[in-house]
Amino acid sequence: MKKQKKWYDYLWIVSATYLILGFLNILFAWIGLLCFCIPLFLAIWCGDKRYCNRFCGRGQLFGVLGNLGLSRNKEIPQFLRSKWFRYGFLAFFMIMFFQMLFATYLVFAERNSLKEVVTLLWTLKLPWQWANHTTSVAPWVAQFAFGFYSVMLTSTILGLITMVLFRPRSWCVYCPMGTMTQLICKAKHSGEQKKISCNAALSCGGECSIPHKSK
Amino acid sequence: MAKRKAVVMENECVACGTCEKVCPLGVISVYKGLYAVVAEQCVGCGRCKMVCPASVIEIKEVELS
Repeated sequence: MKKQKKWYDYLWIVSATYLILGFLNILFAWIGLLCFCIPLFLAIWCGDKRYCNRFCGRGQLFGVLGNLGLSRNKEIPQFLRSKWFRYGFLAFFMIMFFQMLFATYLVFAERNSLKEVVTLLWTLKLPWQWANHTTSVAPWVAQFAFGFYSVMLTSTILGLITMVLFRPRSWCVYCPMGTMTQLICKAKHSGEQKKISCNAALSCGGECSIPHKSK
Repeated sequence: MAKRKAVVMENECVACGTCEKVCPLGVISVYKGLYAVVAEQCVGCGRCKMVCPASVIEIKEVELS
């Protein structure tokens, strides 16, 4: 049975376009803030991970590439899916993110000059001056764009590596946004009584209040 | 009577929704951003197990009550 595709099943095209635009004009990197704000907003207001579940173009992109036969489709190693690694990676990611914000602040405060580089995997500094056509904007605006695009490109590369080595959407296991939104959902629903699981007892009779889709 | 069914290790589920997308019957869904839940109508085809990036889905024989 083939499922009918919805409009949001094509958001991987948006993600791929975003990555390409960063090679043309670095200011497009600012659009990527949506990938940070929307999931957090939806998790806080709706109390679920509908961004991951439906709208995440990056996850879809890995899925599409994996389906092209680029993935080995092997199980992810235990340590990569452990809570220790997931929360650790989130913490590391946050530290690097704030460091990037601080670098932006230093340019804003005119204590540093704009560096036209994209930093891959937090170490490799790639010259990126061709994508800087930003004479009309403040240097800190361009600095943030370079820093943010570095974050996006780095996470894409990590995601691509684990897409090839393990299952297509392995990135979703340690994606800092996914971990963060799940933590928000856990906090939001922590006071609620745990619903009776349907997994063990098949005859819940609808009492588990889990949305059962009938087909 | 026993029946094959997908069982999710809720504690380790990352709630990404990859399983939800591939389920041919549409009977698996992410519950409140916490973990995936499988409805009774599951026939245990194993498609979700094959794609789950966190490998937290098993196909088990479950006793029907």
